[in-house]
Amino acid sequence: MHRFAALYNAFDTSSGNNAKVAALLKYLSESEPEDAAWALYVLLGKQGKRLITGRRLLQICVDQSQLPEWLLNDCYAQVGDSAETISLLWQQAGTCTRQPLHYWLEQLLPNAAKLKDQEQTAAVRQLWSGLNQAELLVANKLLTGGLRVGVGPGLVVRALAQLTELDEALLQHRLMGGFKATAANYIALVAPAITAESVPSRPYPFFLASPLEIKDPEIPLPNSPNSWLIEWKFDGIRAQLIHRANQVFLWSRGEELINNSFPDLVAAAANLADGLVLDGEILIWPTDAELPAPFALLQKRLGRKEPNRKLLAELPASYVVYDLLELNGHDIRSQPLCQRRNALEALMKSAATSCLRLSARLPLDRWEQLEPLRQKAETVAAEGVMLKNLESPYLTGRKRGYWWKHKRDPYNLDAVLIYAQAGSGRRANLFTDYTFGLWDAGGKLVSFAKAYSGLDDAEITNLDRWIRSHTTERFGPVRVVEPVQVFELAFEGLQRSTRHKSGIAVRFPRISRWRKDKIAKEADTLTTALALLT
Amino acid sequence: MTLPPGSLLELTPQGLYCRAAEAWIDPWRPVSRALITHAHADHARPGCGEYWAIGSSEMILRKRLGAAIKLNAVSYEEPLHIGAAQVSFHPAGHVLGSAQIRVEAGGESWLVSGDYKRCADPSCTPFKPVQADVFITEATFGLPIYRWQSGAEIAQQILEWWRSKADHSSILFAYAFGKAQRLLAELAAIGVSDEILLHGAVEALMPAYRSAGVSMPPTKALSMVNKGDSLAGRLIIAPPSAHRSVWMKRFKFPQTAFVSGWMAVRGARRRKGYERGFVMSDHADWPGLISSVKESKAQQVFVTHGNSDGLARYLKEVEGISAEPLNGDFS
Repeated sequence: MHRFAALYNAFDTSSGNNAKVAALLKYLSESEPEDAAWALYVLLGKQGKRLITGRRLLQICVDQSQLPEWLLNDCYAQVGDSAETISLLWQQAGTCTRQPLHYWLEQLLPNAAKLKDQEQTAAVRQLWSGLNQAELLVANKLLTGGLRVGVGPGLVVRALAQLTELDEALLQHRLMGGFKATAANYIALVAPAITAESVPSRPYPFFLASPLEIKDPEIPLPNSPNSWLIEWKFDGIRAQLIHRANQVFLWSRGEELINNSFPDLVAAAANLADGLVLDGEILIWPTDAELPAPFALLQKRLGRKEPNRKLLAELPASYVVYDLLELNGHDIRSQPLCQRRNALEALMKSAATSCLRLSARLPLDRWEQLEPLRQKAETVAAEGVMLKNLESPYLTGRKRGYWWKHKRDPYNLDAVLIYAQAGSGRRANLFTDYTFGLWDAGGKLVSFAKAYSGLDDAEITNLDRWIRSHTTERFGPVRVVEPVQVFELAFEGLQRSTRHKSGIAVRFPRISRWRKDKIAKEADTLTTALALLT
Repeated sequence: MTLPPGSLLELTPQGLYCRAAEAWIDPWRPVSRALITHAHADHARPGCGEYWAIGSSEMILRKRLGAAIKLNAVSYEEPLHIGAAQVSFHPAGHVLGSAQIRVEAGGESWLVSGDYKRCADPSCTPFKPVQADVFITEATFGLPIYRWQSGAEIAQQILEWWRSKADHSSILFAYAFGKAQRLLAELAAIGVSDEILLHGAVEALMPAYRSAGVSMPPTKALSMVNKGDSLAGRLIIAPPSAHRSVWMKRFKFPQTAFVSGWMAVRGARRRKGYERGFVMSDHADWPGLISSVKESKAQQVFVTHGNSDGLARYLKEVEGISAEPLNGDFS
């Protein structure tokens, strides 16, 4: 644990990526496989549910620290992170327990999490007593599941590649499909490459598109539109469908196995030939419907671990296939897209059902037609178009130049800032979580969206100062401010919702600009918003 | 709240006023007579008729407020009679020449802390507890998350950081008056004798510290280093305002760090964009604030600066000491 805390500290205090990779490389090469496995597991963000909430940890701290609860809350507000707050407050250093990382993550921490009340309090304090400030911070972050330290999967794979002299793509592939922290898995991960590596369930790393920024509308992309595959960009769940060894595996982009949520798709895929891997989008799309249903309905399906028959009938899932990665047990990702597409079209000729649909190839003769096509996306329930270079291999991650997504313009509304709350971490003690309202028919502001991003640092500082001097009421950490400031919000879509006072839920709201030129009365109304309902 | 009318010290638009001495302590605006706790710009402002301050701050005060100011240089603990009041200056341990100011008249005594700290600092006279009926204390770091390690420990961390990068320059950002010289003195105390380079703003304060006999490593203004000369392995001390300014252009891939009590919190460090933060402050930490209040034996405490509400509430509710935040232009 002390070595992992030192690694965390090295990440935290080094600026360059090279220094971070070097620190990780050193850690891995000096670790037992079970510790290395856990370190990767944590750094790759695979730690799932938190073991104990930050609130509870603060509670455990407060009884011992002899500080009043309000003062502890003031401390938390200043620090913006419960794990760190405790590390700064906890003053008792006891006998040091030099247990390795895997023991902490497999035994000590989960065991403490299972206990209740006084027993848990005692157990957590026992754990804390053997740690210095830096270790305390890391242990608490492992408990609250919030260990983020600016080292993403890319850097982890880079360090692994240097350690093993293996190809980064191979390592990425080996890490796919829910890497579990065991010594055996780590040993397999860093083992020398063999010719036929096959784990039936293992998905390929996803290839991701980049947003298209058009500089010259006449030539948005190199070459003629003929050298590009153009498709609708649907608003569903990206998923990889695997049929190998007579088993079906459906993986989301977040590497969750989602077979249980989509038994209809799994059943349909079982009829496909074996040794097949597809890339596509899950949508709700009833047999007789011309268009797919909005994303909100898909969320209903995703929320159910095992949907009942009624839900399956009401909201039937459909998988829109757009790429073929493996055919007859052969990895064909290195073939150009045009070849993969031909093979896919041949396959789908016999396989297509209402449950498995081939993503349509949209005709485009001249680049001038691109903009009208993008504008049409809304009418087919798509959020834009995809442009894929027909020569492109199926790469891993986001590599610019091959695949582009070209979304339709976001919706915009001018809304009034009504509540503000302090952020956490880097934004601790700064009011950066904003709630916005629109005018209802009775001339009252109704909250309709929260947004956290879109302002630059200077704007955040200015707005923070304004909020502090224009607070009219406080509810715990939330401040009600004078309804004066108008912001233009951008978002991807609107849905009816019973969970929000306004009756509307918005998708991906963010601030597009501060409308200092507008007064609150000129902000938009709920009626305007309702008119945008898709 | 404000101070009760008719008490020995009152709060006027110009600042803390002592009628008996006809003097203001660290006034915010020009007044006829100013008693100065220390020479930082938010405590010593220009335009006053006369100033009273500790002798070792004279050089800095004249440099900042004008060579011709009328200044009564006093010594620590020296009993002074100003108007109808007995006044004395006591070491505050904040920076060179910093003082707590005690005033007494009509059987009532008040102590104004100015800025102060309790941990050892080789660049100035250490804080000395003083008793009074009423204590006005600062609370810049008035939260229990702020607890300082000793200057020697931090200096050791800085030294390791500096030595770890022999092929690049290391830039430490620190307040030009006080913190920068304390850093130098702390480094000298752990045996550093390499020449350290200084930004012009830091260099300007050095004569006062050198003439006060503070032991520091040799220093040179960065501007005296020839343009082409390598700065690899050198330590440079600069004020925070130079961070990310054009001044930085001279360095190729330097490592940078900020030295401040605020660096105790990771979020604060990341927000300011420093790679590394060293936690060293010239203000009292939480235990220092509490013990200073207790040692003053004051019946009544007023709290200014920083988390004044929180510290006052804690003193009242937990320590059972009558305490109130004091509102005003304290910054």
